[in-house]
Order: sequence, then C-alpha cells, then structure tokens
Amino acid sequence: MKPASTTAREQPLVLVVEDYQDAREMYAAYLQFSGFEVAEAGNGIEAIDKTHELMPDIVLMDLALPRMDGWEATKRLKSDPRTRHIPIVALTGHALAGHAEGAREAGCDAFVTKPCLPDALVTEIKRLLDLHRPNAENAKDGARTPKASKKRS
Amino acid sequence: MSRAAAPLAQVQGVDSDAKLAFVEFLLTSIDVQESSRRAVDWLVAHAPVTEAAVLVAEPLTSEMLLVAEHGVTSGAIMDFSLSREDSAHPLIQALHTPAPSFVDALPLHHRAPLESRSFHVIPLRAEAGEHAHGLLLVAGLAPALDAETLWLSRTLGKQVSRLMGRQLLAETRFGQERMLLYSIINAVTDPILLTDTEGKLIIANSHAEKLFAAPEEASEGWRRAAALNNMLFSAALSTSAVGMSEMSRRELLLVDPLEGSDLLFELLSSRAKDERQGTYVVSILRNVTDLARAKEEIEESYRTLRVAQAEVRDERHRLDLIIDSVADPILVTDQEGDIVLMNTPAERLFNAPGIDDEGTLRRVRANGANLTSFVSNVLTRSGEQRYRGEIQLGDPMTGRPLPVEAVAGTILSEQGELMWVVTILHDLTEAIEKARLYEQLKQASVELERKVQEATAELADQNELLRRQHIALEQASALKSQFLANMSHEFRTPLNAILGYTHMLLNNVTGPVSDPQRKSLTRIDSNSRHLLALINDILDITRIEAGRMPLNATSFGIGELFDEVQAELEPIIKRSNLAVTTKMRAGVPTVRSDRQKVKQIMLNLLSNALKFTPAGSVTMTASYDSKQKEIAIAVKDTGVGIPVEDQVKVFEDFRQLDSSPARGYGGTGLGLSICRRLAHILGGSIELESTAGKGSTFTLRLPAKARKR
Repeated sequence: MKPASTTAREQPLVLVVEDYQDAREMYAAYLQFSGFEVAEAGNGIEAIDKTHELMPDIVLMDLALPRMDGWEATKRLKSDPRTRHIPIVALTGHALAGHAEGAREAGCDAFVTKPCLPDALVTEIKRLLDLHRPNAENAKDGARTPKASKKRS
Repeated sequence: MSRAAAPLAQVQGVDSDAKLAFVEFLLTSIDVQESSRRAVDWLVAHAPVTEAAVLVAEPLTSEMLLVAEHGVTSGAIMDFSLSREDSAHPLIQALHTPAPSFVDALPLHHRAPLESRSFHVIPLRAEAGEHAHGLLLVAGLAPALDAETLWLSRTLGKQVSRLMGRQLLAETRFGQERMLLYSIINAVTDPILLTDTEGKLIIANSHAEKLFAAPEEASEGWRRAAALNNMLFSAALSTSAVGMSEMSRRELLLVDPLEGSDLLFELLSSRAKDERQGTYVVSILRNVTDLARAKEEIEESYRTLRVAQAEVRDERHRLDLIIDSVADPILVTDQEGDIVLMNTPAERLFNAPGIDDEGTLRRVRANGANLTSFVSNVLTRSGEQRYRGEIQLGDPMTGRPLPVEAVAGTILSEQGELMWVVTILHDLTEAIEKARLYEQLKQASVELERKVQEATAELADQNELLRRQHIALEQASALKSQFLANMSHEFRTPLNAILGYTHMLLNNVTGPVSDPQRKSLTRIDSNSRHLLALINDILDITRIEAGRMPLNATSFGIGELFDEVQAELEPIIKRSNLAVTTKMRAGVPTVRSDRQKVKQIMLNLLSNALKFTPAGSVTMTASYDSKQKEIAIAVKDTGVGIPVEDQVKVFEDFRQLDSSPARGYGGTGLGLSICRRLAHILGGSIELESTAGKGSTFTLRLPAKARKR
C-alpha cells in the first residue's frame, strides 16, 4: 500500500473497508484491475485512521466490522469536517431492511447489498464519483478509464 | 098467610076442638098428601063415610093423582088413572063446576078410584070461582051434604091451593121425588136434558135451560143463541149412535147465550125407556171449554217443555262432550258424597265399565274411597269455595300409582245450600317426574358447573402453559429467523468471494483463460448464482415471516416500473425471442406503495412468463378499478400453462411443477410463494388464470394506496 497524497494521485483512490480478507482482496484486485488506486482497512478504527491519512476519493464501507462497526465509523467520518465530503458506499451484507436504513442514517451516500459482483461495485463507485466531481477538482477524468469491460455470462 | 088465617075464623063450629086441631095441623103441614090424608081421616071420624079419595091435578102432566083415600082397595088405587084431557069424564067435568055435585051411578066405562058408583064430588079450590086444584070424592053420605063436610072441603081446598100454588109437586108422592130429582139435576153443574129421540125437550135442569130455553124477556141474541143451540143439539143427537143402548160420547160446540162465546161440551147421551112415556134420551153436557183451553195450554206447555228438554238435552250433550273432551278427570258429587256425574277419563278411574277383573275392581273401589275422603274434607270445610289437595290413586288397569292433584269447587243453591262438589283431578305423575328430572337436571347442572369450573381452571392452566409455550415458541421462532438470517449472511460471505473471483477469472483479471477453463468457470458461476438466489429467497421468506419486511411506501408510476423491469430482464427477453409488450389502460393513477416490492413481484412474474413460454408473446397490462381503488397488473403469456389441479400448488414453497433435478427452467421454486407473501404485505393478492398448453395470466392486484400496517 503506497500512501499518496490526494493531489498527487492520477487514479481515484478507493478505501476498501472489509473484515473478510478474501472479499477485501477480491474487491481490491478488481478495482485495481478496473483502474482505481486501492487502499484497504480491516475494521472501523483502521478505516477512520486510513481515511485521515490517505484522504481517499471514496470509501467502500462494510457495515459489519470488528472493533468499530461501519455505522459508527461512517458517523464519525461524516461528522468530521475534514472527511465529510468523501462519499461512502455502504456494503450491507445483511440485506435486512434495518441495515439499509441504518446506513442511510449514519450518512452513507449509497449502499450496495452483498453479495455484490465486482462489476456492480465498480459501476456504483463510478456513479458516485461522477456525482462528486465538482467537489474534487483534481480528480479529473482519471476514473473514467481503462478497462470497463462488462462481461456477463 | 092471609089465606091460612081464614080457616081459623071458622073454628068456632060444632066440634071446635077437633076442627082446631085439624086446622093447626094443616098450618104446620106443607105436604099436600099429608094434609089430604088428615082431611080424609077427619072426615071418616066425623061423618058416616064409606069411601073417600082426594085427587089433585098434577101441574106438569095432565094426570090427576090420588094422594089420599079411605076404604079404597089397593087394586083400585093401582088401576086408577085419570087424565085431565079426558074432558068427557064426569070427574074432569066436576073439576070445572063451581059447586059440589053428586054422581049417581057413574057409568062403568068411566073409571073412578071408589068402589061405589055413587058419590059426592067436591071441587077443591081456595075461593069460590077459582080454578080447582083437586077433587074430594066421598061415598056413603046423604045426597045433601052436611055443613061439616062442606067446611072440611073448603078448608082442604084452601090448603091444597096454598100448597099447590107454592110447590106444585111437593105435596104429591111422585112430585116429591120429582122435586128431589130436580134438585139433584139442578145441583149438577152440568146441563142435563131429557129429550125424546127427536131431540124435543122434555125436562132440562136450570143449566140446560140457560142454554136451550130463552125466557119471554130474553133478548133477540139470546133467543137466537138458544135456537141455534137446540139445532146443534138435535143434530148431534140424530147423528150420534142413539140407536144403541150404550152411552155415546161426543163433542158438541154450543154458544153461550149470554156471553156469545163458544162453549165446548162433551155430550154424553144414553137412551132410557119408560113404559108410559116411551123411549127418550138423557143427555149430559159437560163443559169442556176450559178443559179444552187447559188442554191446549197443557199441550203448549208440554211443547215448550219438550223444546226446553231438547235444549237441556243438547246443552247436556254439549256439556258432556266438553267435559269428556277434557283430558283431566272431572267428577260432580252431591252433598252425600255420591258421584252424580263424571266424564270419561274419570270413569276410567272410578267406574271401569265393562271390566270384571278383580284387581281392577278393587283398585276402582280404592280410588272411590280416596275420592270420598277428599270430598268429605271439602264438605266439612264449608265456606271455602275452592279446595286443593293431593290424592293417591292407582291406575285401575295396571295398578301403577297415580298421584293426582284434586281441585274441588262447591256449587251452592240460591239459598246458599251446598248442592254439588265439582272435583277436577290432574295427573301429577308427569309433574312429579318432571320435578324429579328437574332435580336430576339441577344436580347434573351443579356437577357440570363444577366440572366446567375444573375445566376452566385447567384451561386457564393450559392457557398459561400455552402462553408460556407461545412465548417460548416466539422466542424460538425469532431465534430461528435470526439464525437463518445470520446463516444466510454467513453463507453469502464466502459465496460473494466465489462469485467475485470467478467473475475476475472470467474477466481475465488474472490473465487469459482457455476455453475449457472458461467453460468450467461459467459452470461455477451459474451454480454459485443459483445458490445465491436460493439463499436470497430463503432470506426473504425468513424476513417476511419474521415480520421484518416493513412497508416502505413511496409514490411511483407503473409505467416506469414496466420500463425498469423490461430493462433488467433485457438479456433474457432478447434470448427468448418472444414479443414482450406493455399496455397501460386509461386512468391508471400513480401508485403509493412499496416500489421495491412491487418491482420484485413484477420481475418475478415476467421472468416466470419468459421462462415458461417457448414461443409467442408476453403482455404486461396495467389497469385500474376505480371502484375498488385497485391497480391490476396482469402478466399474460402464451406458454405451457398450468393445469387446473396444479394452480394452487404453484404458490407453495419450493414448488415447480417439474421438480426433477434436470428441470430446464431454473429458479428456486420460491418465486411465486414470495410474490404472494409480498402482495399480502402490500394489501393485495395474486391471481392465476391458466389453461394447460395455452398460457397463463398472473394478475397482481394491489390497492392504489397501500395502508400502513
């Protein structure tokens, strides 16, 4: 993981917060494959630390996390003026209705229900980044690049 | 009396004492015969008389009657008969001569009561020149009559005139009897008549005279009535069987001459024979006018009585019918306690007619005795109008005990005397049985109540137990749902990784893959997706059953949903080569419901339609029932269809009609089941209409505005 300042980045940086390593790495690999820079965090505290440290363009937040869960982390990030602008996509593993509601209340900008194919995730991330582009001038058109090959069986 | 005083003046004669005694006798005598006999005796004592006789003129007949005699043989007396109509007879002629005469040698063809043919005939009259009432015949005296004889004749003449004038017949022997007869027949209140066979009146009593004889001074009406009565009477006599000797009896209607009213008589007439007078008819009239009237009245009364009797009989008959129709025995007893009237039911108990079975008779007697003692109780309680009691009787036929309630009422006469006791018996067997049953019922009821209470208590315990079990179950159910939710989450985490990596491999993220590798990866991908779908469906059902699927209502248009659904299934639609069309009927409003759930249902229905339609078309139609305020979304296909017997099954869990593992349609078999559950959550329903081989139409109906549950 190479730390990079926001200004220096060519590709949008996605912070993937997920406690399940296989899934985290799978998303990370695919996002990188899809042209993003990726940082990873395994719990809520780490997610807050990494966000402050790296100032990612977008955070992919699993809600069920050890030590500090996704809601709490989201709440803190959204109440912090420094990180408030960063869009957060919640990954709601429990598709139970309460989770989605909770995610919205906590300040998530969007949510994706797990299981979620990497493609769908990429699509949602791109959508959100496009929405936030005016805020992040330096993000430029970098996210809109290399391979977005959509293949479905 | 003035005439009687005359002889007294001349008593101063020759033999004054004898004359005085004679005159005194005459004064006391009222009998012509007695006086005449005394006169003859006096004459015989005072003159040389050989024979003497006194004849008097019978006033009603023309006979001259011999009333006294001296020296006359009895045969001469019997043979003597002289009629005043025999005017040639010297004696009759002498009757009209003013002075005594001497008959010297009476011709033999003339009859005289004396043996001697020569005798003095002295007319007996009151005064010279008057009509003579009789004759004194004297024989043996000198032709010139002496003074004594003349005095006697004058005295007797006065006496005879006096008596004959007052009571013409009384002085004669026959006359006396006649008078008696007259008195008798006059005393008879019925008119009595003696007539000849022609009906000519001979003798009538005063009652008959009133009817048949009108006096001189009578009115014209009276005379006519009398004449009419005579005619009627004669006619009756002539037509009656007068010829027969026995008495004839008939009715005769006459007229009351004074009143002019009709009088009805019973005419009894019989023939009488008299040697001198020949045959005549005695008739007695009995006034039956009153009798006839009485008879009529009696007949009328009798008729009235008969009618009254008939009425009474009818009344009695009706009464009998009524009291017989009363099922309860009714008895009427008199003041002695004897039964005077009873109805049929009572007879069965107290009479048992036509049965001579000893047991029955004994029971009938026993019943009678019991009744009698009851009635005597009633009788001793005078003053009470009603008396009620119970009597133990027995059924005469079977001997079964027959308790009865007896109600007695007394009937009093107008004088307040007790006349009858009316007793009505009412069978208490049933009442007693009912009371017994009621008692049993009451006990049963108490028992039942106790049992119910026990059961209630038990039930309460059970309920409590159930409640606890229910709570436990709910907890268990919640735990199960939670477990399933957790588990499916746990399932999905690795599945997510499998799908993701497979996807990456297929997308050449890790470098190119060979065709056989791609084929295997594709298999992994599709099976993982199926597994994911199963897990998702199970999760949905779990959530629905756990009630953790709240309604998230927003407003949206059905049209946009159609587009979305079609877009999502675009690849499948393309592959299917089916014509998919959507129709929006007019007036379908914006819906307020849970958009995501409606969409899920539509996705499911459409994908099913695509799945089960080999060729043809699928049409989605939205319509609105403004009355029910209900939206209907129909998904119609031309596919395989569902046989009627399976149309319920398709909504069951894990049910696909072809449930073989190698089924060609894919899917979890939970789709319709979930759809239906979701439709219910939305307050709607899903209906199926299908014909095997022709296609199916699934219709989702849901309220245009979902209500918060």
